[in-house]
Amino acid sequence: MSYIPISQEDRQEMLALLGLNSVEELFSSIPEENRLRNLLNLPSAKSEPELLSYFEDRSKKNTFDQYVSFLGGGAYDHFIPAVVDYLSSRGEFVSPYTPYQPEVSQGTLQVIFEYQTLICQLTGLEIANASLYDGATGAAEAVLMANRVKDKKRILVASTVNPQYRQVIYTYGKNLGLEIVELPYNQSGQVEIRGLQAALNEGTAVLLCQSPNYFGVIEDIKALAEIVHERGAMLTVAISEPLSLGLLEAPGKLGADIVTGEGQSFGLPLSYGGPYLGFMACKKEFVRQLPGRIVGQTVDAEGRRGFVLTLSTREQHIRREKATSNICTNEGHCALRATIYLETLGRKGLRKMAWLNAQKAAYACEQLTSIPGVRARFGGPVFNEFVLEFPRSWEEINRKLKDRGILGGLGLKEFPGLDQCALITVTEKHSREKIDLYVRALQEVLR
Amino acid sequence: MYPENFYYSQDHEWLKVEGEEAVLGITDFAQKQLGDIIYVDLPVVGKTVEAHQTLTTVESVKSVSDVYSPVAGEVIEVNQQLIQTPELINRDPHGEGWILKLRLKDKSELNNLMRAADYEKYLEGLEH
Amino acid sequence: MINVIREPLIFEISSPGKTAFKVPVLDVPEKKELLAGLPLRADIEGFPEVSETEITRHFTRLSQTNYCVDLGIYPLGSCTMKYNPKINEKVASLPGFTQAHPLAPEELVQGNLELMKTLEKLLLEITGMDAITLQPAAGAHGELTGMMLIRAYHQAQGNPRKYVLIPDSAHGTNPSSAHLCGYTVKEIKSNERGTVSVDDLAREMNEEVAALMLTNPNTLGVFESDICQIAELVHSKGGFLYMDGANLNALAGITRPGDLKVDVMHLNLHKTFSTPHGGGGPGSGPVAVKKILEPFLPVPVIEEIGGTYYLNYDRPQTIGRVRSFYGQFLVALKALAYILSLGPEGIKEMAETAVLNSNYIRKNLEGLYELKYDTPTLHECVFSDKYQREYGVTNLDISKRLLDYGLHPPTMSFPLIVHGALMIEPTETESRRDLDLFIEAMKAIAREAKENPDLLRTAPHITYVRRLDEVQAARNPILRWEK
Repeated sequence: MSYIPISQEDRQEMLALLGLNSVEELFSSIPEENRLRNLLNLPSAKSEPELLSYFEDRSKKNTFDQYVSFLGGGAYDHFIPAVVDYLSSRGEFVSPYTPYQPEVSQGTLQVIFEYQTLICQLTGLEIANASLYDGATGAAEAVLMANRVKDKKRILVASTVNPQYRQVIYTYGKNLGLEIVELPYNQSGQVEIRGLQAALNEGTAVLLCQSPNYFGVIEDIKALAEIVHERGAMLTVAISEPLSLGLLEAPGKLGADIVTGEGQSFGLPLSYGGPYLGFMACKKEFVRQLPGRIVGQTVDAEGRRGFVLTLSTREQHIRREKATSNICTNEGHCALRATIYLETLGRKGLRKMAWLNAQKAAYACEQLTSIPGVRARFGGPVFNEFVLEFPRSWEEINRKLKDRGILGGLGLKEFPGLDQCALITVTEKHSREKIDLYVRALQEVLR
Repeated sequence: MYPENFYYSQDHEWLKVEGEEAVLGITDFAQKQLGDIIYVDLPVVGKTVEAHQTLTTVESVKSVSDVYSPVAGEVIEVNQQLIQTPELINRDPHGEGWILKLRLKDKSELNNLMRAADYEKYLEGLEH
Repeated sequence: MINVIREPLIFEISSPGKTAFKVPVLDVPEKKELLAGLPLRADIEGFPEVSETEITRHFTRLSQTNYCVDLGIYPLGSCTMKYNPKINEKVASLPGFTQAHPLAPEELVQGNLELMKTLEKLLLEITGMDAITLQPAAGAHGELTGMMLIRAYHQAQGNPRKYVLIPDSAHGTNPSSAHLCGYTVKEIKSNERGTVSVDDLAREMNEEVAALMLTNPNTLGVFESDICQIAELVHSKGGFLYMDGANLNALAGITRPGDLKVDVMHLNLHKTFSTPHGGGGPGSGPVAVKKILEPFLPVPVIEEIGGTYYLNYDRPQTIGRVRSFYGQFLVALKALAYILSLGPEGIKEMAETAVLNSNYIRKNLEGLYELKYDTPTLHECVFSDKYQREYGVTNLDISKRLLDYGLHPPTMSFPLIVHGALMIEPTETESRRDLDLFIEAMKAIAREAKENPDLLRTAPHITYVRRLDEVQAARNPILRWEK
């Protein structure tokens, strides 16, 4: 198959115009000895039907769909309304570049403007960017942003933040001399206040916490904000399950200075981890330190409303090494999907969907903890994920659950003392039947 | 065009000296080069600089320019008007568009700067 | 053409009580008191309420105001805006891929791991490198990852070094990525050919230089012919040669960066390998390295033993994680589908035709627009507005006028070494007819610049919106809708 619409005849005519005898002459600037003499060693070209069966065969080698899954931990299986796939697959959305020519990109630009508005409404903050790569890099960017705003190098990170986010913060931070300090959690599964107070000092730029955190527990953002602000530091809240914002008070209203997170829950399929959607919002005063693209409203030569990429002087193509971030291409199409998803569910739908998640998780937790020997590990309130402690090692239980067709949750052995625990996630896609199936399987395993 | 009583630098800053203090801005030439100014990143009062160090940055839609201090000194006042109306620099670069006031560390450094006639000659040189 | 309806913001067409989605009924006993005592929100203030019809019309109307590759040539230089094959979208939407949880046990996602490993192998063959990670989310993320690998290597030798050398023609992400990795950037001036000269480099290269970042072909479309001597010079002082692979479309099947002594490079799957740009992402920026840097690759690394694939996290010298999970998986599938559908002949024909198309445009516009550097070019060429400036017309005006012709303009004002640049990259997926449409429009505009410059200065005239006031947007930022 070829996507090259230049025929042999075209080729000859074009070469003649260029005064060349062969295509090779086009490459005369590449030293002869550096040019390949043979074709690359690649599989021979496949036709469209062959290509499709090649991928279908590999797709069938994936057998996860034979299991009922209770996996979450940063990637969530939510229902995606049909309009999201349908509208987002329009060529006019799929195949343009970044909107550098606003006059012929108003569709993309207006969508991002709506997206920024939705993110502000959800987070309770004043401004949002056009997207970042994912939740983990969003958390790292937020830490760097706080470092710039405060010009301080001490970064406090709750150990209840998704381990992958913490790893990325460390990968980014270590080359820049940031001092990253992890804070302990308490019996509720929340940031331990005394540990926080002890760790805060005059050199502290920011506390980064997650809510609901990696244990599914909702943090007391208001209390954390008061404590860190008193010491002149900022509060950044990372969110890996943003559907929770349908129900919980917006972190911005509770004192968070920056809110960042993973937008995958909003209309993006699980996709084995990507592409996902990093979102970020902050208070207006920090706008010049916000990384990534931003769309703003303006007027055209006839006074009509229009949208443009704006405040570009923060970005790498203008400020080069002094830019707020090196990000260029972001996740525009993922932001489009999130926008369609959020506008489809709307003001009432998102709240109802969040309520459904919380209720089902509560039901599942109650049923599972009614089994002797199984208990909720943490006392804090949860949204749609929770940590259970089992009478034996999770590894063994997990194996036996899998034999019964259940992917029962994520082990937590990277957390000291939690090797008998697992993180269990329940969304609106888990019918009561599926939850009850899990309960019965666990009863059998523990019998 | 260029006030007689100002001092000028090769980087297109001007200084208007008043005793031990000096008002600083960018020249009409500089503002024209930059185009519509959208933001001035004003320094904090109390900041001290050596000659040729960056004092602040001035931004247009698609460029960022450093403003250097032609002499050593301490920032004692900034033009708060520029926060809301950075376009003052475009409108009146040698007057209302002033950026900040410095307390001079060493007045003899002024001898290294150009006066209006020299600066105009310098600009002519740039245009060729 | 039908009258275009000016589509309001969704918030402006919202009215209470409407919804486009019916949330399923709760099938477990409801606990009314759940989460009581927590700060809950009574409402999502300002959130839209619209029906499904309105959603569909809203996005369909908005989509129609976009220009896109499906509509015509998109000759943005260094962006490689090629056609996005539709079968690639189809394979990437198979439920076996889209519904896979990234933390599912490895034995249940063998198909995914096999496909990623296959793409890795094919990309290594194309680049001539030794090892690769698919994780970086975009080109700039790949640059950052590559610089981190270099830093980790130097650190392991006891000194991370201080400087990274970057030519003045480089994309802004290069200095920005180096800086984000803790390096100080030193700029190398381009010579009169628009390339890096070995002598200039020799003056800057020393034992405190961690790496040279080189785009090849560079942003002028010029192949850095001295790349092997450059690499030897950099290596002689213990530095690494990083190649920005944004322009790999000119080289695939013709020469291999690995054979040109490049140590580390990123690829842009959304450029060379046809995955759609989506109006600004998702991209994908795999990073390929030589053996010496392999131990430092981000975790996890995909490995295979006897036909079984697994994720290896046990890598003591790794730089760590650079993002969540394993990369832009669906994007990787599309790139793999592209390579498999082209095959070795197709990949070569791709680069050949991309270079042919670019030279065809160059030849046809030479004389009408200034070529600051007349060095031979590969997949893109950079003109300037010098001739048109005589009539008070700039590259911006030329670009805006192209919109009136129903075409997308080239990249403007980049690279920085060409004042008033118009950087044109047609790619191989443009037909003669589409190339000629562009050429004829550019010729007509060159005439108009002389005869009626005002027509250009006030362009575009027939687009959905006219020229937009970017100064106002930046001076008084309105970044969200408010009631």
